[in-house]
Amino acid sequence: MYAPGHSGCPGCGPSTTLIQVTDLLGKDIIVVNATGCMEITSTLYPQSAWRVPYIHSLFENAPAVASGVAAALKAQGNDHTKVVAIGGDGSTYDIGFGSLSGMLERGDDVLYVCYDNELYANTGVQKSSATPYGAATTTTPSGKVHHGKETNRKSIVEIAAAHGIPYAASASISFIADLKMKLNKAAKMHGPRFIAVSAPCCLGAGFDGGITMKVARLQVQSRMWQLYEIEGGRLKINFKPNPPKPVDEYLSLQKRFKHLTTEEIAEIQRRTDANWERLMTLEKAWLEPAATTPKA
Amino acid sequence: MPEQKTCLGTSALADAAVSCGVQVCACYPITPTTGLTAGLAKHYANGKIPQYITVESEFSAISALVGASATGTRTFTTTGGQGLLLMHEVLFSASGMRLPIVMAVGNRAVSSPLNVWNDEQDTISQRDSGWIQFYAESNQEAVDFMPIAFKTAEKTLLPVMVCLDGHYLTHAVEPIEIPTREEVDKFLPPFNPKIKLDSENPVSLGVYAAPPHYQNFREDLAADLDASLKTIMKYGEEYSKYTKRDYSPIEEYQSKDADCVFVSMGCMTGNVKAAIDDLRAKGEKVGVVRIRVLRPFPRELLAKALAGKVVGVIERAISPGAVPPIYAEISEAAPDAKVVSSFHGALGGRELSRKEVLRIYETLKKGKKVNEWITQDTDALKRAETALEE
Ligand SMILES: Cc1ncc(C[n+]2csc(CCOP(=O)(O)OP(=O)(O)O)c2C)c(N)n1
Repeated sequence: MYAPGHSGCPGCGPSTTLIQVTDLLGKDIIVVNATGCMEITSTLYPQSAWRVPYIHSLFENAPAVASGVAAALKAQGNDHTKVVAIGGDGSTYDIGFGSLSGMLERGDDVLYVCYDNELYANTGVQKSSATPYGAATTTTPSGKVHHGKETNRKSIVEIAAAHGIPYAASASISFIADLKMKLNKAAKMHGPRFIAVSAPCCLGAGFDGGITMKVARLQVQSRMWQLYEIEGGRLKINFKPNPPKPVDEYLSLQKRFKHLTTEEIAEIQRRTDANWERLMTLEKAWLEPAATTPKA
Repeated sequence: MPEQKTCLGTSALADAAVSCGVQVCACYPITPTTGLTAGLAKHYANGKIPQYITVESEFSAISALVGASATGTRTFTTTGGQGLLLMHEVLFSASGMRLPIVMAVGNRAVSSPLNVWNDEQDTISQRDSGWIQFYAESNQEAVDFMPIAFKTAEKTLLPVMVCLDGHYLTHAVEPIEIPTREEVDKFLPPFNPKIKLDSENPVSLGVYAAPPHYQNFREDLAADLDASLKTIMKYGEEYSKYTKRDYSPIEEYQSKDADCVFVSMGCMTGNVKAAIDDLRAKGEKVGVVRIRVLRPFPRELLAKALAGKVVGVIERAISPGAVPPIYAEISEAAPDAKVVSSFHGALGGRELSRKEVLRIYETLKKGKKVNEWITQDTDALKRAETALEE
């Protein structure tokens, strides 16, 4: 449903996401896309890579546009066409965050897919709030005083789940079976569903387009990106790398981490481990809710 | 016969939206149109509007209508002042995608300083957004504009703003004829766009157009907006058969034989007309041309109406750093006017009193070009202060 001939870079992670999403969801969908690389590379007039109905309005309003499409379908008595909103991490975590939150809170019948390349690719690699600690971008460059991004990324899947929606999950383009399982599950549900798919950008992160899948895999194997689902208030980790790869193995493949000192890499390892422990605790707490209930 | 109801302007517009068969609304409250936002929600609650989206901002309100309109439903929303400014970016997206959304704007001053009262800086600042703009003098006219707006929008594939002055109209209770659904149905056919988001027939909307193509889209939009004037006139005439009221793009009141002619817009024209009646009683040859349709700008009609006249443009908007916007456009559109002067102000709820119109007339009559602020007469100031205390 996403035709070849789009102008994504060779080895573009986000384009792979679109192919997976559209192939799995089939013809009876309406795609609402935010401004970003995926819009620019797929709809250069007079061509379009979309074989399904597609609308793009702005950078920060895809969730609201999707709400409108869903409402219109309801008004028309159409109960079969699925509405799929697609945005990068820039539109999802940052500028369209309010719009996303509104859509999730209202319970609109929209499947939202964020392709997460951890940066603004379209405007030439700036920081987003998905950019991990330590990464250099053109707005968080590595200099004598400041060494790349100095804050952690937002935990967008947990934030989405905190709206009490039926389904929120993280996935990766390098774990296709897991991604398909999640898309399939979400497609069968109603109401707002949210999936963040890690989809590395070779140009932005600084690695060869031939190793995109390898980088994406290492990100999960090192636990710097975690595959999990939050459903009915319960968190389930879908893949527990054992033993995990050291983060350095993942970081060292990318130019955006080249400036990091040994101490900084150790700090990233520390933060990654702590975050993993936190998720494991959440999983445990939610799997055994009785154990955490204090006695009256 | 349409039913007559004594009610608020906002309540009448909510009823009119139902009569127009609106399918999807998305609203966010702001003074002075909160009443309409709530009125539409009530109609939704009673099953008279199929879908109503309680969005988290005006930005999302208009964005949701972009989606709903592109999917082929009749859409409506309302806002004013800050809400309209927040919509700014989406207004261009909606008109660029040729989506026939209709929006009622309760005209409100813009921050800072914060002010919830009336002027027209909000909609006038959006005049280049590719939307058709109607300005009502009365609530009756605003209600009458609704079916004309939908029919024009859906024929020309251009979005329409129905502008009514905040508070003066939105909060005025008066008897208003509201057409029934059956009556509107005779005039307004169902909305069935040829191009829409439909999985049976996929299209891409809102695409990326590079230098070889972008300007062509803009040229089409500009040409179609110009051409929409004819459509507006046609549907106005058609609708006036039901109401016996006139909807031509300009209203000419006592202006044909006048030496001095005011140009005005919106409800302040009421006081201008009252002052003209006083002056006419004294034998002064004065009239007013009221702009009903600001976009598309009815240049030729204005040129004809203002040729040979001493013209005083009264407007509730400014363009800091340049001459006021409507004055600039009238100056360009009416080269055969004797002289065109600007009187601007009555901002943020300041009244344009009949007394002030009479004062302006004394200046205008001298036939010299002036560019000055509307002043506040002391009686009007007292009235405003008393109202605030209450
Ligand atoms: C209101 C607004 N601000 C800024 C931009 C410029 N802009 C376009 S795309 C983009 C970044 C997109 O980042 P992301 O959502 O991560 O998608 P990606 O480009 O990585 O695919 C920016 C900053 C814009 N189009 N609109």
